[in-house]
Amino acid sequence: MAEFLSLRDAVARYVEDGATVAMEGFTHLIPFAAGHEIIRQKKRDLTLIRMTPDLVYDQMIGAGCARKVIFSWGGNPGVGSLHRLRDAVEKGWPHKVEILEHSHAAMACAFEAGAAGLPLAVLRGYVGSELPSVNDQIKFIECPFTGERLAAVPAVRPDVSIVHAQKADRAGNVLVEGIVGVQKEAVLAAKHSIVTVEEIVDDLRTEADYHPNACIIPGWAISAIAVAEKGSLPSYAHGYYPRNNAFYKEWDGIARDRDTFTRWIEENVMNAGGNA
Amino acid sequence: MSTVDKGLDYTSSEMMTVTAARALENGMTCFVGIGLPSEAANLARLTHAPDVVLIYESGTLQTKPDVLPLSIGDGELAETALTTVAVPEMFRYWLQGGKIDVGFLGTAQIDRYCNLNTTLIGYYREPKVRLPGGGGAPEIATNAGEVFITLKHSKRAFVDRVDFVTTLGFGRDGKGRDGVPNIGKGPTRVITDLCVMKPDPETKELVVVSLHPGVSREDVIEATGWEIRFAETLESTPEPSARELEVLRELKDRTARAHAGA
Repeated sequence: MAEFLSLRDAVARYVEDGATVAMEGFTHLIPFAAGHEIIRQKKRDLTLIRMTPDLVYDQMIGAGCARKVIFSWGGNPGVGSLHRLRDAVEKGWPHKVEILEHSHAAMACAFEAGAAGLPLAVLRGYVGSELPSVNDQIKFIECPFTGERLAAVPAVRPDVSIVHAQKADRAGNVLVEGIVGVQKEAVLAAKHSIVTVEEIVDDLRTEADYHPNACIIPGWAISAIAVAEKGSLPSYAHGYYPRNNAFYKEWDGIARDRDTFTRWIEENVMNAGGNA
Repeated sequence: MSTVDKGLDYTSSEMMTVTAARALENGMTCFVGIGLPSEAANLARLTHAPDVVLIYESGTLQTKPDVLPLSIGDGELAETALTTVAVPEMFRYWLQGGKIDVGFLGTAQIDRYCNLNTTLIGYYREPKVRLPGGGGAPEIATNAGEVFITLKHSKRAFVDRVDFVTTLGFGRDGKGRDGVPNIGKGPTRVITDLCVMKPDPETKELVVVSLHPGVSREDVIEATGWEIRFAETLESTPEPSARELEVLRELKDRTARAHAGA
């Protein structure tokens, strides 16, 4: 049953040094506030899983939280590189980070397999790609019925998954709207989960825009809920605020240089108080 | 660069986008990559192909963005989509399930057999430049019915040997799809700011089939990292129309305003 905690307490309780952490949100609803809290609490040696590391992992990698990153597309969307990820991979700053890379299809299937409690995901994937030669977590199996050669990857089973959503109700049920990515799969695949939300409402089912097919994660499938208003900026929350595309462009300049980056983290994360 | 000396004024980038847009037929289902492919696919939708079905890997199905998305998951895509599905459903049902006619991709490097590298420059364990990686491309390229590729023509991009095959074209030897069951046709055309290329039906090696107005064979040879072949009958790519240019420029202006204002 979901427990209502402050973001600080939720991160302190569920994100341990060395943990495997998935923070999802496909461009939309990226849990930046939670990422910043992890940076503030100086969590270390994390294995970070995300299809698109985006700025949130660029910040966490640059701040020294990551030991390993598992991803499928590591760029600043529409802008260019993630300079902190690159600096860690190419130059080992602030320390060497191991990477394990997949395709989107494989990672999406791996999250789904995790949610489904299976040990592996099977897909018609990686045909002719050299990714299997650099990632030993990609194997090929033969379909027992047709003999077709198919790709297999292990299910994603994080110690903790963290997602952001529009709202939760008092029973802890969470509504996710718009681009839903693999958020639900991430929550269901994990041992523990933290959901940050824009607001708490009384009962989702009595909300004016409630719909029987809405993407709802029941409270009893979530470990902790924390309110984090504007908790996905500079990403966005459908129905609440738009993506700050201008900041995504600015980030290129901030992250390109170690000192500029470090100052930005000091000013905007370390010394910016609870919910920044 | 080039404006052409007679008729309309347009840039080589506009020529590329318009030519790429024309490759899409009305009613096709298209899995759209971000950047140049997205620009071309939306131009097609706003001109000759109003019923082209555009699908982005963020799960936005049949979307009609008014401005070009900066990321693959901008709110604009969800707000103008027929429906938005979860990412696993996107890749499993819609792409792997065989519902996509054409995948439209960009790339950092491409070789003569249309193999694409978006992973890195240099060696894997010690990259000179780390690129974003595969994203949706490896499975788009094999599970879509066919693949269109668009990128600017340069020696840095058109290389004799890609540093890494992120995404299969036809393999290092041109035979990478031979005998593979349930696989799409692969790349059927490559559209650049200089020309249009298609794979040779037998060898799968890229052949220039059409030069854009004002572009010479030497221009293409100079910008290609291998000894590029030309078709026996080399066509001249039709110029953009006034309408196509107007729609494209309005789209880009709207986009620039929207992204600056965020």
